[in-house]
Amino acid sequence: MSRSAVASVAISFAVFVAVWKLIVLVGGYPLFILPPPEVVAERFVRAWADGLMTPHALTTLQEIALGFAVGAGAGLVIGYGLARSALVERLVSPYIVAAQATPILALAPLLALWFGPGLASKVVICALIVFFPIAVSTMVGIRSVDAGLLEMARSFRATRRQVLLTLEIPAALPSILGGMRVGVTLAVVGAIVGEWAGAREGLGLLVNLARGSLFDIPLMFATLVTIALLGIALYLVVVVLERRLVGVR
Amino acid sequence: MTSAGRLIATDVSVAFQVPRSAPVEALEGFSLSVERGEVVAIIGPNGCGKSTFLRVAAGLLAPQRGSVTLDDRPIVGPDPRVGLVFQEPRLLPWRSVGENITYPLELAGWPHERRDERLAALLDLVGLSESARARPSQLSGGMRQRAAIARALALEPEVLLLDEPFSALDALTRERFNLELLELWERTGTTIVIVTHSIPEAILLADRVVVMTPRPGRVAAIVPILAPRPRSLELLDGAIVSRAAAEIRAHLEPTGEAA
Repeated sequence: MSRSAVASVAISFAVFVAVWKLIVLVGGYPLFILPPPEVVAERFVRAWADGLMTPHALTTLQEIALGFAVGAGAGLVIGYGLARSALVERLVSPYIVAAQATPILALAPLLALWFGPGLASKVVICALIVFFPIAVSTMVGIRSVDAGLLEMARSFRATRRQVLLTLEIPAALPSILGGMRVGVTLAVVGAIVGEWAGAREGLGLLVNLARGSLFDIPLMFATLVTIALLGIALYLVVVVLERRLVGVR
Repeated sequence: MTSAGRLIATDVSVAFQVPRSAPVEALEGFSLSVERGEVVAIIGPNGCGKSTFLRVAAGLLAPQRGSVTLDDRPIVGPDPRVGLVFQEPRLLPWRSVGENITYPLELAGWPHERRDERLAALLDLVGLSESARARPSQLSGGMRQRAAIARALALEPEVLLLDEPFSALDALTRERFNLELLELWERTGTTIVIVTHSIPEAILLADRVVVMTPRPGRVAAIVPILAPRPRSLELLDGAIVSRAAAEIRAHLEPTGEAA
């Protein structure tokens, strides 16, 4: 990032914190409604320093990583099938749309019941929520591959596999990575929702604990900050990947 | 140098199925014989099946009737003995110019060193040695089409088929590219079949100009161009040319779409 880009990020963050502080001052809210930024910052640092946050964050990160991998993998394969086979599209797409139209929040308790309070239920919920944007972006990307380029490859006797590797995947990559940007942030949502429906550990659980039995609202805010930072970090990973893979075009 | 390249089309017919309508006949009994090392230009009104014939000859399209043979072996699918240049360059935008030119070699499983050697020769042939690492988007339209020609020549085909390759270029650039193509032909000895809309282009390049009828396309006339080689642009002002041009135009007359 250039110096001016860093500066503009710093300024926007400063404004955000200042507005937050101002709202607390003007509104005169008590600590358990809206704690001021410095209290949340202090609680955030303490929670990481005394080791409270780390295991929860690692659990959630693991759920996201596995769920994203499973959901994205399935999305890529099914998305390709949707793009290249009218039969697959006709048979599969109603279920995909129906699954997407059902709020994940409504499905989460059921999935928790089926897959238990451990890792499996969160991976399934993450995978479900990640699947749709990546399947759709893959389908759109593969369909948009120029027919002229496909004919060109055929004229040089490219095999099915060669067409996939040297033409379809590179051509669809910008679209697929766009889907991954959406998917990775949704994966964070999926993990938290999954933990709410029943968990032994994780940032979603910690939010509930902090609000409920611990009644430590600054900790709840510190956990929300952690979740947000996790989302931003994962998003940036995809952006960097995108720069590496398609930035040169 | 290639020693073969005799392309014979016999009674080729192609019809395209149109949903809820009668099939469109693109080619009907199209026959043509191109000698090895010959340059033949095909000219005809829009939609007369010129490009369809090139697709059949390149093995991209199977005719309903008839066949195309190259040195007595039939073309039954995309064939390494045939190089096809499309109307648009059709380069892969995420690859460098060099990687685009060696794409057919990569698909054919050539090892890296051999590809690099061949690339150097091809770049030299089409005058793109300075641009091997550039992206297609950084080149002019003409240079992109040169890269496409180099790619078509990568596997040393015996026949080079060109489908209106210079139609997107401005008139001056187009003339220069015609001369370059002739030079390239003299250096490689490849048989060339070029589809064009331009009578001057056809005359400048070809030993014979094939005039096609409107759809369904068949051969209306074959006009020999008796001008000596090597040819230059001055040729286009000579008497041989005006006579040939008049003859070609006369055969195109009924629709008169080509200029």
